[in-house]
Amino acid sequence: MVNILFIEHDGTEHSVTVEPGGSVMLAAVTNGVPGIDADCGGSCSCATCHVYVNQEWLKRMDPVNPIEEAMLSMSSDRKENSRLSCQITVTDELDGLVVTTPEFQF
Amino acid sequence: MTEVAIDEQTNLSKWSMVGKDPYAMPLEDIDLSHPGIWQANQHLPFLKRLRDEAPVHFCRNSAVGPYWSVMKYQDIMEVDTSPAIYSSEPTVAIVDSFEEFALPSFISMDPPKHDEQRKIVQSVVAPANLKKLEGLIRQRVANILDSLPVGEEFDWVTNVSIELTTQMLATLFDFPFEDRYKLTHWSDVATAIPGHGVVDTREQRWEAIQECLVYFTNLWNARVNKAPGIDLISMLAHGESTRNMPPQEFLGNIILLIVGGNDTTRNSISGGVVALNENPVEYDKLRNDRTLITNMVSEIIRWQTPLAYMRRTAKVDTVLHDQRIKAGDKVVMWYASGNRDEEVIERADSFWIDRPNARQHLSFGFGLHRCMGNRLAEMQLRILWEEIMQRFQMVEIVGEPQRIYSSFIKGYSDLPVVLHPLS
Ligand code: HEM
Ligand code: FES
Repeated sequence: MVNILFIEHDGTEHSVTVEPGGSVMLAAVTNGVPGIDADCGGSCSCATCHVYVNQEWLKRMDPVNPIEEAMLSMSSDRKENSRLSCQITVTDELDGLVVTTPEFQF
Repeated sequence: MTEVAIDEQTNLSKWSMVGKDPYAMPLEDIDLSHPGIWQANQHLPFLKRLRDEAPVHFCRNSAVGPYWSVMKYQDIMEVDTSPAIYSSEPTVAIVDSFEEFALPSFISMDPPKHDEQRKIVQSVVAPANLKKLEGLIRQRVANILDSLPVGEEFDWVTNVSIELTTQMLATLFDFPFEDRYKLTHWSDVATAIPGHGVVDTREQRWEAIQECLVYFTNLWNARVNKAPGIDLISMLAHGESTRNMPPQEFLGNIILLIVGGNDTTRNSISGGVVALNENPVEYDKLRNDRTLITNMVSEIIRWQTPLAYMRRTAKVDTVLHDQRIKAGDKVVMWYASGNRDEEVIERADSFWIDRPNARQHLSFGFGLHRCMGNRLAEMQLRILWEEIMQRFQMVEIVGEPQRIYSSFIKGYSDLPVVLHPLS
């Protein structure tokens, strides 16, 4: 099992435990974590599952893919450590992952 | 499109399917592009038959030429998210060269140009910016609602849907408030078919578009010499990659924002009233629990589907749901059908204000061209319904809603209502 901590923009924390294999977006949505809309259901085509990931953790995941990059570039809240959480696969290496959700999903 | 083709489309009813039984005609004769069935509100059974029997359907003969129809939610997703195969150029309308769609704007551009241009303007409608506008919008909504007659019949479209949308656009552009009706007029003109409604001839339309260009050019010139503001024109005039925009492109983007924000929001405002009147149980749910408004807004937008379709053009030969599509073919994604696809959306024909996953609808499209104004539209509707529920027990429809003659813009031209005050 993998632990993920979601921190809202105002600091509220939500800790979830999930099986590896799904996406970080699903980990949030299926556990009722607010702040992630995921309108497209994980097809990398809405950018409403935007999260910020700590640099250390970024290194342990697959890099941003080109479609994700294009969608992310449409967000005005984009930062260097922005990711679309539907494109991050939960693996055992990500146990303890911390992600922050933005104030708004665009 | 040639004059002849326009005349055929506008004058001849030979293409119309109004009053026909969708199951009594050969599949290949079904032509969703003709506005008739949409205006008559008879489109749903046609959509259903195609979804069931020809989910990727080829219409060989129509007033707008041959085209593919994509009917299912998942297939629409595939087209919408594959811009390298399905291009938004030269246009996203079914008809090739209505002049206004020939004006360049990023809705009809592919990457990388699309992405560059969109990035500049989108921050004005980003949620953080919208938050600043919320108070002003609420005030304007309240003023409009407070000026309405209670207990007597009036047209909701003119007095609320159009008025509110127009004021909203004026706010976004920081457009001279007293001239705001020009915005609505230009938008109507840009989407009109000559001979049906606002314009009689193409010349008239061209004149209006020129007037629009001159007006906005003046606004641009005034703002470019001032400090950058947060309105859209100022942003375009000062933005690094937009400030040297050729005039045609500037106008194209302006018209895109006016049209994008105008009919769509207007018709969702009207559509919500229609949906609640047709579904009294849902109206009761809303009266009992106003926290449902946010969810209801997404449901209204799905149920109404203010833009029935977006078109793409195949860049290469490809296969979609077992059909061979050739490079150059027109491919039309019928959002109005995908939004009723039972395989993805439970009880898809029902209007259900506390629907789970209400945001998972196609009305805003998906992918790179996903509606830039989606949060703005949702905010306007949310504020409107919050304010309506504070004032009125019911917005009651008291006559037959009149629908628009278009297979693209799904909406209403007249909606006679009577307001009942909270008791
Ligand atoms: C309920 C209301 C609305 C609906 C249903 C709607 C629908 C859509 C759809 C389906 C698209 C996708 C176009 C495509 O894929 O080719 C789109 C794009 C767009 N919409 Fe909206 N829209 C709405 C409100 C607004 C508002 C209020 C604005 C004003 C800012 C706006 C501005 C735009 C723009 C600029 C685009 C082009 C985006 C791009 O090509 O990247 N829309 N809209
Ligand atoms: S859920 Fe839509 S992009 Fe991730």
